[in-house]
Amino acid sequence: MILNMGPQHPSTHGVLRLLLEIDGETVVKCIPDIGYLHTGIEKTCEAKFYQQVVPLTDRIDYLCPMTNNLAYCLAVEKLLQLEIPPKAQFIRVLLNELTRINSHLVWLGTHALDIGAMTVFLYCFREREQLLRIFENVAGQRMMTSYFRIGGVSLEPPIDFWKKTKDFIDKFPERVDEYEGLLTQNPIWVERTRGVAHITAEDCIALGATGPTARGSGIDWDLRRDMPYSSYEKFKFKVPVSKDGDVYARYLLRVQELRESNGIVRQAFDGMPEGPVRSDAPKVVLPDREKMKTQMEALIYHFKIVTEGFQVPAGEVYQGIESPRGEMGYYVRSDGTAKPYRVHMRSACLANLQVLEKMVVGRLLADVVAAIGSIDIVLGEIDR
Amino acid sequence: MPLQPAITDVAQLKDSPAVSALQSAGLVEGAKFDRDELTIYVDRAAIRQACEILRDRPETRFNFLSDITCVDVFPSEPRFEVIYHLLSHSQKDRVRLIARVPGGDPSIESLMGLWPGVNFFEREVFDLFGVRFLGHPNLRRIQMPEEWEGHPLRKDYPVEGYR
Repeated sequence: MILNMGPQHPSTHGVLRLLLEIDGETVVKCIPDIGYLHTGIEKTCEAKFYQQVVPLTDRIDYLCPMTNNLAYCLAVEKLLQLEIPPKAQFIRVLLNELTRINSHLVWLGTHALDIGAMTVFLYCFREREQLLRIFENVAGQRMMTSYFRIGGVSLEPPIDFWKKTKDFIDKFPERVDEYEGLLTQNPIWVERTRGVAHITAEDCIALGATGPTARGSGIDWDLRRDMPYSSYEKFKFKVPVSKDGDVYARYLLRVQELRESNGIVRQAFDGMPEGPVRSDAPKVVLPDREKMKTQMEALIYHFKIVTEGFQVPAGEVYQGIESPRGEMGYYVRSDGTAKPYRVHMRSACLANLQVLEKMVVGRLLADVVAAIGSIDIVLGEIDR
Repeated sequence: MPLQPAITDVAQLKDSPAVSALQSAGLVEGAKFDRDELTIYVDRAAIRQACEILRDRPETRFNFLSDITCVDVFPSEPRFEVIYHLLSHSQKDRVRLIARVPGGDPSIESLMGLWPGVNFFEREVFDLFGVRFLGHPNLRRIQMPEEWEGHPLRKDYPVEGYR
């Protein structure tokens, strides 16, 4: 029998459609059908100035907007060979790890909800609300933050941002203990997840899976540690790896990542350097408001950047970073004008989705829900 | 940092294991080292062989294919550049392979035999650029509706308005 799961199904986390061929309760074949959220962002980018692309990158992955901002900004900064002040880099790392926590909390909440544990969802969204308030405080927006700019970040964070962040990171490890108390030893949870949706390391490499999906199968690879960007080499953190390759392993690993991310936020918080938050490149970075209103030069630069953008030397770069879901890569090509010739996003979820078939074939229909949850897909990123 | 000029002389890039491995098989059409990133141009007929060499040779071992994409350089010819980003877990290194494909016959060999994970990437390039991947078992549109006409990411396809 052919069963149509989605596109409007609560456990497909968006508009994923799965064509499932089933024999009784057993899945024989699984064909993902995507493209329901395709908005043509890559095409739109070609018609915008470089700085106007930043808000578009938020919309790709609405659970970790800052990660996408960072990947795009790093790619353009590489094209420009622009140096970023240390404080801006630390703020970027701090916010990126908060975003990772945010994304993992939504994943944990919805994944548990799919499998039937309602309480975890409420607990996770309690902390997520706190994080969204921090984002609102620093960027003015709860979800589509667009806080990073080419050449740094948009503004110095406000004073209560630091206090709110401190409150959050002090309490968060206890909160993770609470989630673990609800799930890790819970017999129903273990029964539904252990040994389910198994995938081997070879399959992960062959199918292009990255991030927690690959690390859950024993691939010890994290771009933050192995190919550091944005001063990640200054931070100490462990990369959790598991050899089991099942849903339970991926769950434990992401929970461990929550703790590690909290540790990175703390290190960034404690070691925050002094200095400017934007690099000294008047032709690329908008001037301060104060300067713009008092100095002729600054006013001219401001006018030129806003009306005609800035020219980027011709060339092409690829910048991959570790998003909560895996390798998020931006390929940007410039032809020397103020608009990118081509922007391509290497989506972690698109590649991760390909392992789904290997995970579910030969297993029960109910395990499909657990498998989808465990690879943590965001359809906005898959379809772009 | 001032922008360093790109190194485009293949002889100067001999030290790179990827260039020398492909050079020994006679597959390098050109190379570029720009902004700390290595790009190698290969003939479209040799793309599968080049990837196989880079994946299997012990000195390169680019075991992971990160990404496949395409750029349309309309109106110049050859019109399409199919771009492969390879990653080596053991060397912690990346390399970019570019194969130029003419607009009159936009086709290139599929890499499904090397990495089954190229499936969605190749389908996406086919869908949005119209480059056909020979030997792909299921080359259908992936993002656009099945009955869509045209390939949206081509440069002669308008950003807004009606076609």
